[in-house]
Amino acid sequence: MTQDSKSGTSRRAFLRGTLAAGTAVAGAGMARAAGPDPLITEVQPWAQGLGDGVDATPYGLPIEFESDVIRRNVPWLTADPISSINFTPIHALDGTITPQGCAFERHHSGAIELAKPDYRLMVNGLVEKPLVFTYADLERFPRENHVYFCECAANTGMEWAGAQLNGAQFTHGMIHNMEYTGVSLRTLLEEAGADLSGDKWVYVEGADASSNGRSIPMEKALDDVLVAFKANGEALRKEHGYPVRLVVPGWEGNMWVKWLRRIEVMDGPVESREETSKYTDVMEDGSARKWTWVMDAKSVVTSPSPQSPITHGAGPLVITGLAWSGHGRITRVDVSKDGGMTWETARLAREGENKALTRFYLDTEWDGSEMLLQSRAMDETGYVQPTKAQLREVRGLNSVYHNNCIQTWHVKENGEAENVEVS
Amino acid sequence: APAFAESYGLGREALPEEIAAWDLDVSPDGTGLPPGSGSVEDGEAIFAEACGACHGVFAEGVGNWPKLAGGDGTLANEDPVKTVGSYWPYLSTTFDYVHRSMPFGNAQSLTADEVYAITAYILYSNFIVEDDFVLSNDNFTEVEMPNADGFFVDDRAETEYPIWSGEPCMQNCKDSVEITMRATVLDVTPEETAEEAAPAAEEAAAEPAPEAA
Repeated sequence: MTQDSKSGTSRRAFLRGTLAAGTAVAGAGMARAAGPDPLITEVQPWAQGLGDGVDATPYGLPIEFESDVIRRNVPWLTADPISSINFTPIHALDGTITPQGCAFERHHSGAIELAKPDYRLMVNGLVEKPLVFTYADLERFPRENHVYFCECAANTGMEWAGAQLNGAQFTHGMIHNMEYTGVSLRTLLEEAGADLSGDKWVYVEGADASSNGRSIPMEKALDDVLVAFKANGEALRKEHGYPVRLVVPGWEGNMWVKWLRRIEVMDGPVESREETSKYTDVMEDGSARKWTWVMDAKSVVTSPSPQSPITHGAGPLVITGLAWSGHGRITRVDVSKDGGMTWETARLAREGENKALTRFYLDTEWDGSEMLLQSRAMDETGYVQPTKAQLREVRGLNSVYHNNCIQTWHVKENGEAENVEVS
Repeated sequence: APAFAESYGLGREALPEEIAAWDLDVSPDGTGLPPGSGSVEDGEAIFAEACGACHGVFAEGVGNWPKLAGGDGTLANEDPVKTVGSYWPYLSTTFDYVHRSMPFGNAQSLTADEVYAITAYILYSNFIVEDDFVLSNDNFTEVEMPNADGFFVDDRAETEYPIWSGEPCMQNCKDSVEITMRATVLDVTPEETAEEAAPAAEEAAAEPAPEAA
């Protein structure tokens, strides 16, 4: 592909062109063509020659013009890229299903390669009969399908101290939302004759070197936890736990153990590294919350946003974003253009789904003036997404995890947007 | 035990050797500890060899790699230093995590005695034991961690949900709004040009197309 064909989609060139056009048509309604458009009046190569054959791409990737819709990482966040995080390009996506190929990754000892023939899952501990399953065994249990969000506990964590990273991908992109197919954890526990008493715990760990062991109370284990082997219709991606991961609806992403290899029924929690040193939330007085499992209601405007500026000038504008809650369904999202002084209720693209991403739209008219864009989610429990000031008042600045504050984008007159905090 | 609706007869019984190979977790009450022991003195040598390159010979941390010692009394500070000594509630977690997941890149290469020795050395580095201390499965649970009482179970249902619920303000919610902080002042977002946040179309054009990669 030549640079010429790319320039048609270049944001800066587009911005220059449309700003000029915007001035010309301000208040005039529909634009008037300066002359015949050669893309229409001249026969284009794609209308004359041939495209690719059906044998060209057995498994396709997005067209190259979309090559900016990719995971990105922030090198300074972690000591190395192995025990690290990258970010879903939520600023460029729409709807609710995250394409697996750009869905964020978080590993503690890298994305391992574990073939189905080498896969084993053990269920042991307080069970009548400790069991070993092969991958093929798992496919013979009754299956379920559900769509859920997986949000890293640290999503938006860099923003506790202030506005740091300039883009929804970086501030809110430790999240993905997929349709999972798998076996309920309850089914596997029952198969082993596990003690399902309410005071028991389930310890789960992965096959990777980090193991990522976490303790889950029996009540949750029996409720809606899935042992999943398909996502968005196909096998899990290597980096998302191939061939089997845990899906823990509504709960912090760390507990969604990948490359799941062992489930142990226990009398109490292990208090593993990932639930003591990490994934505990330091409060202002130096004490710390533990077992903060649920991800509270949250939302973010994905466009306009710093990586998705307004390039079309004044006039009709689609403000869109995502909302989600670990407590259940999103029932309402309000949007403010003035930093929270006044709010309008947005339109949900579909009724909120249980513990899954919900898309919202505010179809509006932009007059070209500055905006301080915010979104505020409400869930079926009546919980209203708080401001960062409200969160800080309870927790201080050092809790690292569970930052579900209202985000503000400062949209300027030229359509560019910036991550800001407001009073 | 409760009665079960049905059994599918799938899977096979796990053998004791298999359970022993994978079930390594150690609980705060010492359940799961293997027999063995190790001294601070032995731990110092093993730590220097196996751990010091990243964690420093005094467990103080190198560069961005985790500090395992220090930070006493900093948890309420502006920048708390959370280490085994200043933050971790249970010694079991140190043994368990080191045994299964360290050294980074060569996990599960340490014997139980070596892990006891390393754990003893980390305690010493945090001034929790003397330099002649020997840690074993027998005295393990006698060690008191400084921040053992520093944690409480999630209380958001009591402290947060009631105050952030109900019909929110829609109009005249505040008199004025000022911008108090801007991300571009910090300027720490990765970007390849000086002008724009990273995933701009121009930068993408300079990268190989996915198909070509």
